[in-house]
This record gives sequence, C-alpha cells and structure tokens, in this order.
Amino acid sequence: MLLAKAYAVSLLGLAGTVIEVESEISSSLPGFILVGLPDTSLSESKDRVRAAIQNSGLKMPNRRVTVNLSPASVRKQGSSFDLAIAVSILAAAGNIKKNELENWIHLGELGLDGTVRRVSGILPAVLIAKQAGISNAVVPKANLTEASLVEGMNIFGAQHFRQVVRLHGVELPENELDEITETASVPISNSAFASFLKLDIADVIGQQEAVDALTVAAAGGHHVLMVGPPGAGKTMMAERLPSILPDLNLNDALETTAVLSISCSRNVSSESLLLRPPFEAPHHSASVSSLVGGGLGMPRPGVISLANNGVLFLDEAPEFQKPVLEALRQPLESGEVVINRSGGTARFPAKFQLILAANPCPCGNGFGSGRLCRCSEQQKAKYLAKLSGPLLDRVDIRLNVLPASLSQLAESRSSKNGSLSSAQIREKVSLARIAAARRLAGTPWSINSQVPGAYLRKKFALPSAATQKLQDALDKGRISMRGFDRCLRLAWSNADLAGRDLPDQSDIAKAIFLRGPENLIEVSRGNSRG
Amino acid sequence: MLWSMNQKQILGRYGEDVAANYLIDRGYLIHERNWRCSLGEIDLIAKDKDRWVFVEVKTRNGTGYGHPFEAITAEKIMRMRKLVAFWCQVQEKSGVKVRLDAIAVLVRHGKVAVEHIKQVY
Repeated sequence: MLLAKAYAVSLLGLAGTVIEVESEISSSLPGFILVGLPDTSLSESKDRVRAAIQNSGLKMPNRRVTVNLSPASVRKQGSSFDLAIAVSILAAAGNIKKNELENWIHLGELGLDGTVRRVSGILPAVLIAKQAGISNAVVPKANLTEASLVEGMNIFGAQHFRQVVRLHGVELPENELDEITETASVPISNSAFASFLKLDIADVIGQQEAVDALTVAAAGGHHVLMVGPPGAGKTMMAERLPSILPDLNLNDALETTAVLSISCSRNVSSESLLLRPPFEAPHHSASVSSLVGGGLGMPRPGVISLANNGVLFLDEAPEFQKPVLEALRQPLESGEVVINRSGGTARFPAKFQLILAANPCPCGNGFGSGRLCRCSEQQKAKYLAKLSGPLLDRVDIRLNVLPASLSQLAESRSSKNGSLSSAQIREKVSLARIAAARRLAGTPWSINSQVPGAYLRKKFALPSAATQKLQDALDKGRISMRGFDRCLRLAWSNADLAGRDLPDQSDIAKAIFLRGPENLIEVSRGNSRG
Repeated sequence: MLWSMNQKQILGRYGEDVAANYLIDRGYLIHERNWRCSLGEIDLIAKDKDRWVFVEVKTRNGTGYGHPFEAITAEKIMRMRKLVAFWCQVQEKSGVKVRLDAIAVLVRHGKVAVEHIKQVY
C-alpha cells in the first residue's frame, strides 16, 4: 500500500489545529481526489500541486491519488496546504522517504512553475505547530523572517518546490529552475509604523496641558476623549501617543504580530516583530465588522484587533455610526473579541487604548466664548449625545483642547528646547508603568486603567487628607460616584509618573482636572478650567 | 492528414498486438479483438480463468500529451460499461463474472513499456 503523511496547520482566528495530510496511491486510473472538508480555494490546490510537481522535474504518479485532510471535521481554507499536499504525494509515491516528514510542518502556496509563494498566518501556524511538538518547518522564503520569530524551531525558507524536495533527501538533476532569480523582495517594512515613530511629541506647539494629559494616559493606559475645534491639534497629538508608549514585551509583540499575520490585507508582518505599539485610525465611515472583525464564513480580525496592545484613534468620533461605537463596549471591557461566523468562532485579542476626538459642536466653533458658533443648543446636545452613555463611562480622561494661543506660540518659539521629546517622555512613562506593575503584582492587572475602583478603594485606601478634595467634588456634585473611582485611578497614574508611593493632594487635583466635568457640553466649553 | 491518421491507426493496432501478447503471456485466453457494435468498440475481450475481461488499450508514442491512462476518462469508462452490458446481452451471457481493465502501451526510443490496471470503474 502506498501511503504517506505530511503535516500542515488549519487556522481559525489565532487558534488552529495541526492537520494530517494523508496521501494514498491506488492502482486505478489516474485521478486526483481531495477530501476532508476543503473550501474552494483549497480544492483548487489539486491543479496547482499537479502542475508544480510536474514542472519541478518530478513525476506525478499516474495512478489514482487520494489526499485526505484529517481531522476531516475541521473546515479548512486557503492555499497554505499546497506544499504539504505535494510532499505527501511524493512520499506516497516513494520519492521522499516517509519517516523523513514525521517531524516537519509544511506551509506554503505553490505556483504552477513550482515556486513557493507567501501565505498569511505563518506566525500563528508555526506557533501552533510548536505547541503540537513539531520542531521543523518549511515556510515560503517570503515569510521566513516572520516564522523565525518563533523560538526553538528549525525553519527552512523555500523559494522553489525543488529546494523542498532536495531538503528531504531527494537527488534532483540540475536544471534551469535551480537558478531562481531572487525576486526583488520589496521591503514592505513597517514603514507606516516607522513614520509614526518619527512623529515626535515635541512637534506639538503649546498645548502643554494636553501633552501632560497624554503622558498620564500613556502611563496608566487610560482611554482619552479630546474635544476641541478643528485645527487645535487633536489628531496631531493622537498620532504621537504611540511614540511615548513603551516598547511591547515579547508576548504582546508576538500576539499583535500574529493578528497582523492572519489579516490578509496587511503585509507588515513579513518584516519582523512589531515591537512598537501599533496605531490604527479608521475612517468614520467604518462598518461594525471592519472595526471589530467579521468576514464571510470565516472570521477575520478587525481594526481593533490590529490595534491590539496599541492605540485605536477614532477621529470625529460623533460621526461614527452609533452601532459601530456601541460595538466597542464589550471588547473595551474584556480586552478581546469573539466573532461567530458560519465557518466557526474565533477569538481575537483587542487590548487597545481608545482615543476619541470630537468637535465641540457640528460647526466646530463652539469653544471659548462660542461667539463664532452658529449651532443651536439642541444641535450641540444631539451631536455630543452620540458619545454619551456606557462608552464614555470607560473613558477616564476627558480633555478640552483649545487652539494654541499666540502667546503660547511665541513662548514655544523662544524656548526651542523647552518641551520634552517623545523619547524623554517615554522614559518617564516606562518608569511609571514599572512602578504600577510592581504595586499590582499578584493581581490580574498591570496598568492603572485596568484596576476596578472598588479594589483601589479597599486595597490602596488613601489618607483622608489626600482624598478631601475628591470628597468635596463629589459632595458638590461636580463628579459622580463612578467619576470618583476614575479619578482615583488617574491619581495613581499621576503619582506613578511623579515617582510618589502614594497619590497626594496635587495628584488628586490633577486627576479631577483630567476627568473633567460629567456633562460633555461643559467639557466642550472648557469649564473644568474654572 | 490522411498519412497521420494512418500512422495513428498503425500505432494503435501495434499497441493492441502488444497488449494481446502481454495477456497471453500471463495465461489469459484472447476471445475476441476489436468487437464492434453501434455503441462503439471493445479493444480486447479475454478470459482470465472463469472471468471475462474487457480491455481498453491506449497506446502512445512518448508522453508529450500525458500518460496513456490519462486519456481514459470517466466518460470513456461509462461507455465501456454499456458496451459490456450490450455484449453480454448479444452473447446471451447472464450471471457471468466480468471485469474492466485498462492497458497502456508506451513506445519510447524504440522500447515498449506495458502497464496493466485491473478493475477500473
């Protein structure tokens, strides 16, 4: 009996299964049968594999070939099975020794001429193979750097099927196919991210209060709402938030890169691990499924998962459709999103820091005295009401951003090196995060914004002298009970940044300022300054 | 055109001879060759002990157009089955054991290779 096995991986979200690719050659008229729940793109694999084998100077067996993908109940999709099917057939035909394939995983799409082409999802697939105890992998050369991020695996990057066959000990006569012209791999680098890295918070002129607020947000991972007129610098500052966030740790970086790897729309993962927090700024026309994830049949990650461990910036937040904003609530709470589709259920990480930006009113001029504003009170209320409710409950910092005044501009021009650079602030933020992590050691949380208020009040009770101001604000109705908890968290972030073991009165005062008034319209008027 | 047709026929005829000899060498009795009816033609009808064997022979000169077996399509096999049923009817043979085989004759560089697949469906 001519039977052989090779291994591949079927992915569903970031999870997956190692798939046994069994081949059998039976004494019957030539044919190629592929069974085991393949989808259309995988069924087409038959024709690619046949052509690739023949055009690599090898012989496709001229008997009936049956390929089974086991477990047959798992739905399989995509072109990454080509390579495993091809080697499995050659092993069944006796070209490759059968025990040669036991500890190998083969991932890659085959071209008709036998070239091995890039596929998506290599990083999670190799991780799954490693967990399953497989220690060798063949991946497309184009995915080699990505696959190499998995430690402790022996990885071979193949450009042509002949190289794979040679790797498994088959001697092939030299031919013209061996001179593969190195396809000029366009460095699809993290150019987008690299450019964000170059964005420096020192570029922001004036706006010292807002920069301070962003520093606190970075230190504690707090979500931020910025309300201000067009041109005040909301977008500019949001884009620079990633530059003051510390580097991702290895696990977070792997997780984020893995999401990018399965998202077909991006190629960034080809270059290397994303060590910097990602920044995603979807347009306000975005749909629910583009934001939280979705897709036809098979679940795919959305923008919030691409922003995992980074920043999700919603510019013109009130312009987003209400269902889209509401869909963010559950992932904000749980840090992950579960997507159900007919093809299966996938779980994607979605631990992002949310930055919302909004104009004070539809015309954008309703700031300060509001003399230029032509909106009715009703219009204003309706505009910002789109943001109110449970979504804003999760936003700790509400900031009124006014255009920099002439005196601020003059001041910043005169003292060129007055404002801190991103690198300097990042240093402070890193130290604050370390302090928070040390305090929260042994809890499920590591940054202040994750800690429930009740826990803070109980475990880290503050002396009444410090909280007096907070109590006053609560009594006067300036803040709500929920606002009280938010302020406590912010106060801890302030203390961490200042290097204090306990928040003092100034930290509390700053927290009340950052939290802003309960009423959004007042935020938009900048009344918290008073 | 006419010449090439002839050559094709000569090659086909030669292949059938080779296939017949191949079967005889293996103890088959050749019952009939090129049995024709309105439905088509059966290349070889042989007897393997008590079993009637119907053989489709494909001959190729080189594999430029693929292996001879690849030319035997599912459609062709369906036609063969009908032919076998018709043959049994005409010969008034009911309840006999039958089998459909395929033989490939490959002529290359003056050498001849024969491949035999039993029981094709």
